[in-house]
Amino acid sequence: MSNTVEMSIAKAINAGLRRAMKDNDKVLVFGQDVAQLGGVFRVTEGILDEFGPTRIFNSPIAEAGIVGTAIGLAMRGYSSVAEIQFEGFIFPAFNQITTQLAKIQNRSEGYLSMPVVIRVPFGGGIGAVEHHSESPEAYFAHTPGLRVISPSTPNDAYWMIQQAVASKDPVLFFEPKRRYWQKGPVNLDAPPAGMHTAKVVREGNQVTIATYGPMVTTSLEAAAMAAEEGTSIEVIDMRSMAPIDFNTIIESVKKTGHLVVVAEANVNVSVASEVAARVSELAFYHLEAPVIRVGGFDVPYPAAKLEEKFLPDADRILEAVDRSLAY
Amino acid sequence: MTSQDRVPMVQLLNPEGEYGVPSAYAEYGKYIEDLKEEDFLKFYRDMARMRRFDYEATALQRQGQLGLWIPAIGQEAAQIGSGYAVGHNDHIFPSYREHGVAITHGIDLMSILKMLRGVNHGGWNPDETRFHLYAIVLATQTLHATGYAMGVKFDGKVGNGDLENDLAVITYIGDGATAEGEASESFLFAATNKVPLVYFIQNNQYAISSPVATQTTVPLFQRGAGFGVPGIRIDGNDVLASYAVTKKHMDDAREGAGPHLIEALTYRMGAHTSSDDPTKYRSKEEEEYWKARDPLARLEKFLRRQGINQSFFDECDAAGEELSAYVRSETFALGNPPIENMFKHVYSEAHPLIEEQLAWLEGYEASFLDAPQGGAN
Repeated sequence: MSNTVEMSIAKAINAGLRRAMKDNDKVLVFGQDVAQLGGVFRVTEGILDEFGPTRIFNSPIAEAGIVGTAIGLAMRGYSSVAEIQFEGFIFPAFNQITTQLAKIQNRSEGYLSMPVVIRVPFGGGIGAVEHHSESPEAYFAHTPGLRVISPSTPNDAYWMIQQAVASKDPVLFFEPKRRYWQKGPVNLDAPPAGMHTAKVVREGNQVTIATYGPMVTTSLEAAAMAAEEGTSIEVIDMRSMAPIDFNTIIESVKKTGHLVVVAEANVNVSVASEVAARVSELAFYHLEAPVIRVGGFDVPYPAAKLEEKFLPDADRILEAVDRSLAY
Repeated sequence: MTSQDRVPMVQLLNPEGEYGVPSAYAEYGKYIEDLKEEDFLKFYRDMARMRRFDYEATALQRQGQLGLWIPAIGQEAAQIGSGYAVGHNDHIFPSYREHGVAITHGIDLMSILKMLRGVNHGGWNPDETRFHLYAIVLATQTLHATGYAMGVKFDGKVGNGDLENDLAVITYIGDGATAEGEASESFLFAATNKVPLVYFIQNNQYAISSPVATQTTVPLFQRGAGFGVPGIRIDGNDVLASYAVTKKHMDDAREGAGPHLIEALTYRMGAHTSSDDPTKYRSKEEEEYWKARDPLARLEKFLRRQGINQSFFDECDAAGEELSAYVRSETFALGNPPIENMFKHVYSEAHPLIEEQLAWLEGYEASFLDAPQGGAN
């Protein structure tokens, strides 16, 4: 009998963090407002009561300081889980993440490891003000030395946060904020595949959709709608944007011959672009149509009343599916 | 000179090499009383070694053996004095000009030349040497030092009165780097966490070509005060002030007093790097002013007043010759690193891109070995 409970993605991250903190007393959680308040999304709610102020504490509102001190703590043997409150506020820390955190293991020839997890709520669809709805994952996926992942289900959220904490490498953990309250079963006993393994979340044989983060749910909706009209779509949750598990995508493309890549991020020079490029190199003769990317437009994330038109939805995904099949 | 230079500073050895402890600085003077003659000789020996190394490295760069050289001539007292004040458990987070501090912590000087030749990024073990790798992006290391010191505090290694196990952290930055936002964030995190950390600012008057006035309107020793990091200015060309003041504040930090800042007023007698041309932005008169305050000449005057024989200085010269010969022969013998080095330690755990690209490059390189050798026939 597996020990399975129903919970939201936010609660699953919380439960995963607690388990990681129990397993290793060198795990620290910090960031803006994470302690008494439990973060603006309450992801860390109650951890202060259970673990006390030596394990979870509020940081000053200084993102470079949050990541820079996490690096110093790693040098002293601590594993930090640092929260950046919203993805739009990660840029003051960009220097520490890309010039330091990503490079220190290589620079030190392996004398130092960097077990640092940076938790980042990302993506739109919540009607927020500017800088609270973006998808900046490509900057980090582009940077050698970083690992970049995103869970789309409570079960993945629970396990992938623990896998990220256990990694000796720095991990950017992008949390799909509009799905925080989405519920699902969490198997507390058996971890799923490793955090960089893509997963087929719906089987099909005519078109492959590769996606990650908040767009997994949207892509599954699109696949269900297509099924009613007799089109069979296979949906792959990539789970990891760096490294990308190309094998799972290639295997699916060999079967379907059609690939649509879906993400919220604007498409130009994006993770979706990399998927399109590599699949063209690795499965050229299996493709019946060019790889199509579906994402945000290449404009600054718009004011909230326009985000519905900016973000891909099931219809926009199906428009791309139709285009691919008609090619 | 500017109004900033009229701020009082701790000086125990004047430019004439005369030792004296003004009553205001008695708390620092007692650290000098604990020193023996051998300690003063050690200071001189290493300051002379640092300067000789600098001359040799400059020559090697001019001969095309190094990609770049970062001179530290004029900063010997600031670095050797403070370096020797660091305790046997303490950790050091340098910027990129701290060749003298490296000498005081047993870093092989060839490691520094290898880095500037482009063989690697330093290569020493930061944990074992407690001297962390050079930080090229200005002020980034101040936050690493702060985080490290937070960890020291979480480990309970502060304020136990246990000199064997307690430890403190020191980070070196230049006057230019104080302008970086990360330096300010570091002051804030250090103060709010009350960590055992000393900031040692070498104010060598210039950030490449920009004078200190470009970076600050208040003396730099005051820079931390608003964050809760008190500061003091010292004569950075006085090795005894550098040693005593650093030792006191490292001891205080280890005992739980929280962070402190030291501004060492000194002068970069050489260029910013071998790519720089100081004649474009500073005067001969200014250089002469500081030449009269040369830290090495000052210590020599002091030692001669103490009755140290010429034979000691001759020994130092001979050691300098030996050091020069060593770094020259070692530098000429350096090969290029193997290509796989760039793929190593990018990640601690397996990564498909690294494996794939290394395999490709090895195959590509090997394809040249299979090609027919020799010229056209």
